Amino acid sequence: MSWAWRVARALLGSQYALMLEYRAEIALWALSGVLPLIMLGVWSGSGAAAAAGLSPQQLSQYFLAAFVVRQFTVVWLIQVFEDDALQGRLSPFLLQPLSPLWRYLAAHFSEQASRIPFVAVMLLVVGLAAPGLLWLPSAGALLLGILAIVAAFLLRFLLQVLVTTLCFWSERAAALDRLLMIPYLFLSGIVAPLETFPPAVRRLALATPFPWMVDFPARLLAGEPVNVALGFGAIAAWCLLLLPIGHWLWRAGLRRYSAMGA
Amino acid sequence: MAGPIIRASGLSKTYRISEKQPGLAGTIQHLLRRRHRDVLAVDGISFTIEPGEIVGFLGPNGAGKTTTLKMLTGLIHPSGGELEVAGHQPFRRQARFLRQITLVMGNRQQLIWDLPALDSLRVNAAVYGIAEAEAQRRIGQLAEMLELGQELRRPMRKLSLGQRMKAELLAALLHEPAVLFLDEPTLGLDVNAQARVRDFLADYNRRTGATVLLTSHYMGDITALCPRVLLIHQGQLFHDGSLADLTQRLAPCRQVRLELADLHPPEAFAGFGQLEAHQGHLVRLLVPRAQLAQQVAALLERFAVVDLEVSDPPVEELIGGLFRQRDSNSEASQ
Repeated sequence: MSWAWRVARALLGSQYALMLEYRAEIALWALSGVLPLIMLGVWSGSGAAAAAGLSPQQLSQYFLAAFVVRQFTVVWLIQVFEDDALQGRLSPFLLQPLSPLWRYLAAHFSEQASRIPFVAVMLLVVGLAAPGLLWLPSAGALLLGILAIVAAFLLRFLLQVLVTTLCFWSERAAALDRLLMIPYLFLSGIVAPLETFPPAVRRLALATPFPWMVDFPARLLAGEPVNVALGFGAIAAWCLLLLPIGHWLWRAGLRRYSAMGA
Repeated sequence: MAGPIIRASGLSKTYRISEKQPGLAGTIQHLLRRRHRDVLAVDGISFTIEPGEIVGFLGPNGAGKTTTLKMLTGLIHPSGGELEVAGHQPFRRQARFLRQITLVMGNRQQLIWDLPALDSLRVNAAVYGIAEAEAQRRIGQLAEMLELGQELRRPMRKLSLGQRMKAELLAALLHEPAVLFLDEPTLGLDVNAQARVRDFLADYNRRTGATVLLTSHYMGDITALCPRVLLIHQGQLFHDGSLADLTQRLAPCRQVRLELADLHPPEAFAGFGQLEAHQGHLVRLLVPRAQLAQQVAALLERFAVVDLEVSDPPVEELIGGLFRQRDSNSEASQ
């Protein structure tokens, strides 16, 4: 068994056990991610979607898929990292021969795994309340959708790593992340499918990483026609761009680290 | 490895801190035109430590002890000087270096609060590449030395402070580091727990030959464990040697405690030394070391002595007195 595999197993195992300790909190987090369902209600009552060429069925499938995507791409790295850095909990992790970022990544995967039952129950409730809303994606769409969700999560995680490294320069870098939430909410497709955007805004949105984080995987899950290669290619390109920047910022940040609180 | 395992030469660290005046005007000024000040936390200290030594690192709050420890472990970059620990430059934080050291901070924990220590230990074993059977053996051995058993299976939050510290020590030593940096490892522990941690550290040092650099505000830790101490004040190294040498250097007098059969006025002790305390039959005198034998003989001849004890004044009082004197001299010269 390779070192990396053993570390991954141990980290995921311990973090999953930890997340199960916080199951009530995670249930509340899952409940708080219902924005796409609210937006479904808002859009269903207006004729704007029909004007953009979306049928009621397409609209509801899109927002339900966006709800699932949103549940499994939530990233809270900066909040926990900032707290760890300020409280001195980061220092012991920095003294181990493993980047602390792997611990945080494992914590995110474990938190997502512990969300599965809550998301399933919420979908079941939606299905019981409005039986026509749920659909069963094809095996191919499901597989590609899951892959796209994982890729979208990694892109979102990487983007937040960049902002997180600013914690080495500022004690309140999380405020910057809150600023990033604005383009994320509007350009990712959470509040509206990209198809409903004016063409110029849509082109602008597609040039940012945000639509690939929600719109692309949601449309794959909803079974809409999507350029799969373009979607995965865009995510890979953004990751390849962000990786070296994040690596450089992390190393520069460590030079500035003053191990406050420890 | 031949030669010192820790070598610091002219090591210094300067922090740049921003300063803010209180009140609204100060806040606005802080926002518009921030003022910074450079604080020299460690000022060119040099020392070496040989493999297997246990060295105490002493000094008042803000003396630069923790900053020095952070530089030695590679957590922060030095502003100047040269530093080598276990053949590596710590701030490079190479995996080979990190596998050879550990840092235990009495006020911080690395074990996951809501899980049993064994879960965190399993992660540590994987991270340090310790085979599972070997990890089990080491956990068993360290748990026995630390008198830990079922506690390792309980969530950390359910353990007492002393049990948590012992579990932290176990986690920090699982990879058998060659150099242990301990920052206040007995902080907040009761007297019994302090003694058990001290015994463990002494035993661990004997068994493994690990080098230990220890900071503590409890002189009991230092006197029990450290044949050598580094005394630091205002970022500068004031003493590097044994505790006995330090006491001799700081205290030219020895303390003579007397219990007398009869009551005598304070004037009766004039000429025997400096009278420090006088309470009924109990008397405490400070006598210059050179005159000790002669004065003790004179005291025994002059008074009916029930009991007599000669000792050094408490070292923490000596160090505290010295630093208060240096601080007031430094303020006066400014």
